[in-house]
Amino acid sequence: MKFLAIIYNDESIYADATQEQIAASFEAHGAFAGAAGEAGVLLGGEGLEPTAAATTVRVRDGERMLTDGPYAETKEQLGGYYLLECKDLDEALTWAAQIPEAKFGAVEVRPVMDYDGYEG
Amino acid sequence: MLTRVLGDLDRAEEAVQDAFLVALERWPRDGLPDNPAAWIVTAARNRALDRIRSEKRWIGRRKALEAELRTVGEEAPEPDADEPVSPIVDDRLRLMFTVCHPALAPEARVGLTLRTLGGLSTAEVARAFLVAEPAMAQRISRAKRKIASSGIKYEIPRDADLPERLRSVLTTLYLIFNAGYGPPVRSEFTAEAIRLARLLVQLMPDEGEAVGLLALMLLQDSRRAARVDADGRLVLLRDQDRSLWDREQIAEGQRFVARGWQLGRLGVYLIQASIAVEHARGSDWTRIVWLYDQLWAVSPTPVVALNRAVAIAERDGPEAGLDAMDAIGDLDGYHLFHAARADLLRRLDRLGEAQAAYGAALGLCDSEVEREFLSRRIAELGS
Repeated sequence: MKFLAIIYNDESIYADATQEQIAASFEAHGAFAGAAGEAGVLLGGEGLEPTAAATTVRVRDGERMLTDGPYAETKEQLGGYYLLECKDLDEALTWAAQIPEAKFGAVEVRPVMDYDGYEG
Repeated sequence: MLTRVLGDLDRAEEAVQDAFLVALERWPRDGLPDNPAAWIVTAARNRALDRIRSEKRWIGRRKALEAELRTVGEEAPEPDADEPVSPIVDDRLRLMFTVCHPALAPEARVGLTLRTLGGLSTAEVARAFLVAEPAMAQRISRAKRKIASSGIKYEIPRDADLPERLRSVLTTLYLIFNAGYGPPVRSEFTAEAIRLARLLVQLMPDEGEAVGLLALMLLQDSRRAARVDADGRLVLLRDQDRSLWDREQIAEGQRFVARGWQLGRLGVYLIQASIAVEHARGSDWTRIVWLYDQLWAVSPTPVVALNRAVAIAERDGPEAGLDAMDAIGDLDGYHLFHAARADLLRRLDRLGEAQAAYGAALGLCDSEVEREFLSRRIAELGS
């Protein structure tokens, strides 16, 4: 069976972290991924940009509506995900709007973290 | 160009500002360079390199950026001397689409547009939108962070995305205009919105809705001096002193409306501008009702229905207008709905109902100037 392990944390912990704390977090994730990889259970995983980079997409009456920010209601539950490779946000939003649930639920679009800028 | 290369709004903004400062210092002393625009771009690029060098945190990115900037410097052909301003104008269009991206909250778009493309301070922007300065500053910096991290590119959108992206730019400009339209009037905002719309029309001359919005703002702004009396009180269109209207602005607005119609597609701004032209010509209500029908066809909102009902009242009498108004529904929470109903009831001599409707309007209205107007009407009914 495949399982999705979804990570929840207070974003401010990372926003306020020092370089050392971030390095420690990288190391901890490295250790986890190493162990899970060795055990053969790891299929993939990504860090996400903070919710400040999120856009929520809904399609109602055929019209696409964008909201700045993450999905922030409680009446719907997380039901699935797609990982998309797009040139920019516009392209990602175009695809997100075509996900069937966009018509009656919502699709939150968030960039996967790009670690190229970090040292180490 | 610069924003595209740097991929970081703050840096590009600062670099261009720095370059202008250097230019202001140097040009009066050394004389104007042959190609001032190209000079600014080069100077800004050098400034950006300086700034990037001084940043310590994003070392990997710095190297990539430096490499990118060097290549651009080598590859970029000398700007065409015939079109000395094209790189910067082009940059501003890109910037406009970026800071007005529909994935940003509307109020953030407004703040960011005024800060990056206009010359207004955060304090001025905050005042016009009735928020504290730190709150506005935070809104702007959050929007910048989102642009930097969410995959919004400093590019003119692809054709497929253009209609929605352009709509978002136009909405933002109109929000800026309305923040200044008042009352109270803040002409620095209306002027800024008109200036940016002019720039947009200049850069995208075939976009009918951009032309329509510019025309609409010019025509609305032409009535500025007549909309508020000497005591700062609101004057309805019907009661305005038409000699105070700015004829030149009206003529310009009309020219843009004509151009919009030539472009063929009837959008919400062009239709509203056309209605404003009718008012400037002396309010032919048959044509105005027809234009509201067209507006309803592209934008069937309760507020459009209300305006249409007001036009019907002028064409067919207050009774017909009231019937049209009462058929709308949905507008019980909108003070202008009650104010418009009250006006028709007053004209029908149903004074008790009129008074109640003015009262309902007053209870829902949060504009000082409009409240004063409504109170005045209630007092007149009582006398």
